[in-house]
Amino acid sequence: MLKYIIRRLAMLIPVLLGVSLITFSLIHLIPGDPARSMLGEKASQQQLELLREEMGLNDPFIVQYGRFLGHIAQGDLGTSIQKKEDIASQLMEKLPATMELAIFAMILAVIIGVLAGVVAAIKQYSWFDNLSMTGALFGVSLPIFWLGLMMIWLFSVKFNILPPSGRLTAGVELNSITNFYLLDSILTGNWTAFKDAFSHLLMPGVALATIPMAIIARMTRSSMLEVMRQDYIRTANAKGLKKGLVVFQHALKNAFLPVLTVIGLQFGLLMGGAVLTETIFSWPGVGRYVYLAVLGRDYPIVQSAILVIAVIFVLVNLLTDLLYKYIDPRIKYN
Amino acid sequence: MTTPLLEVRNLRTHFFTKAGVVKAVDGVDFQISPGETLGIVGESGSGKSITAMSILGLIPSPPGKIVDGEILFKGENLLHKKEKEMRKIRGKEIAMVFQDPMTSLNPVFTVEKQMVETIMTHESLTKKQARARAVELLQLVGIPDPSQRLRTYPHEFSGGMRQRVMIAMAISCNPSLLIADEPTTALDVTIQAQILELFKQMQKELNMATIMITHDLGVVAEVCDEVMVMYAGKPAEFTNAKEIFTNGKHPYTTGLLHSIPKITPEKQKLKAIAGQPPDLRHLPQGCSFAPRCSKAMERCLTVDPEMRQVGENHQVRCLLYEDEASKKAVTT
Repeated sequence: MLKYIIRRLAMLIPVLLGVSLITFSLIHLIPGDPARSMLGEKASQQQLELLREEMGLNDPFIVQYGRFLGHIAQGDLGTSIQKKEDIASQLMEKLPATMELAIFAMILAVIIGVLAGVVAAIKQYSWFDNLSMTGALFGVSLPIFWLGLMMIWLFSVKFNILPPSGRLTAGVELNSITNFYLLDSILTGNWTAFKDAFSHLLMPGVALATIPMAIIARMTRSSMLEVMRQDYIRTANAKGLKKGLVVFQHALKNAFLPVLTVIGLQFGLLMGGAVLTETIFSWPGVGRYVYLAVLGRDYPIVQSAILVIAVIFVLVNLLTDLLYKYIDPRIKYN
Repeated sequence: MTTPLLEVRNLRTHFFTKAGVVKAVDGVDFQISPGETLGIVGESGSGKSITAMSILGLIPSPPGKIVDGEILFKGENLLHKKEKEMRKIRGKEIAMVFQDPMTSLNPVFTVEKQMVETIMTHESLTKKQARARAVELLQLVGIPDPSQRLRTYPHEFSGGMRQRVMIAMAISCNPSLLIADEPTTALDVTIQAQILELFKQMQKELNMATIMITHDLGVVAEVCDEVMVMYAGKPAEFTNAKEIFTNGKHPYTTGLLHSIPKITPEKQKLKAIAGQPPDLRHLPQGCSFAPRCSKAMERCLTVDPEMRQVGENHQVRCLLYEDEASKKAVTT
């Protein structure tokens, strides 16, 4: 098991090299002069030359790439062009916001998605099955930005019951320990902040959960339908076990493997920052950071952020692979 | 005569599919006394397994439905019981062993979990006591080093060992009736003999009645007291196990007997029964075996025969013996 983890972590190196090469090339793939595209049309020749020198754009590609890698190896993700801030510390500050949103959305998606999928499978072709699967189809088809805007219009503008943006209302105090606001408010026993943070989390969380929820529900349904036909389910019924036990233990554990794969992939995606959701709800996370960086042509931020997102994605998938063993004892890692 | 433990009367289980009504079981009668072994023999699709599943109330519905009949277990009609009451009977009073031990145990749970949950569902024991009982049972069915093996998963057992686990699980609550649905079909021949021996031994020790569903007449000869031959959802012949080999009357029974390969130095051509079992959605008008029967008469194509008494504890559903039966009725 440990050997397997080490080997998988070692495999991270070529993956990250590949990702870094692609993100690094990004700057050179843009037509025209990178310095000009960063500084805009009105920049003087002197300013351009200064930036080129500063970013080392006059060196050969391979030298530039080597330097980029060297910095990353030391944990230095560079500084942003516009605000001259340290990118690594900026990302570290924004990651908890993204993770809080992703984890909340995923919990929502897994609980509702799996439950809906199981019930739909057990009551195949019933009104619930038809309704939930049609709902799931809508869930994967609705554009998030539209759904987000509609939610803001309905709950913030029309009924004024949920805040439209941010993580916390101005004026609400919270001592941050982990930067996960829900967790911090529980740790400090600050229930006013908890309520406020939760109300901020609700809409972006639901918006972000729709697609994974729909995919999980459909996957759970088809996997459960397959498993419920198996001989061991007949055995479990013949043993006189309660229906709930047969469905939620005997069947669901077997049906969960493909669902777990989907959960892992979706979670990896969400952890990397949900650009659309974070932008619409002005959620101060990685996604919005990247979005603003793209708008401001702040390429060092984009490069570093993509690299960090890739690391998170790969790590989440490794975790998923390790979890397989707990679900299916027949899986061997070697 | 002792009161029967299980009495099935005129059982009819049909499946209502889009392509038509499949009469999987269509008028089955039999009874079984405590400690007795009844063999149900027939080809695939003759309704053997559906009969068993009907007794346990495990017919998938829809499309399946028991449309007629009675299943009297210890005098009570199981068809009138609620699902909750049936759950108390399944695994406790009537237990079942299935054909394929490879797929009948849940692959993601340890043998311990699967055995303990059965025991704890039906008996008021603590987890520790249930575990001790599971160890005892595994020992009883001949699994070496049982307390160690209990912690392993089904895929770590061989096929024969898994079937032993299935049997241990089935007898864990001392059922009065054990239904074994082709329990040796998926096993190697040498293992088959061991498992049959185990069945006989368990039955003797626990005084269970057993329904042995099989397509193998060798199994019948080995373990059964009585035997019912089924064809196309109906019983064709019912008698004791000895009689079926020496005095099998129904042309289908004799056909089955002739199709058993004999171990002789010379190669012999097997006498197979010609044709295929009928489509259960469109059964022929008369006797459903008539199209394949070597002794079919004209009348067989139009008249569906009744079960007739042709000897002590010997019934046949065939027009050939109609006269014999009526003669007997006159003389007695």
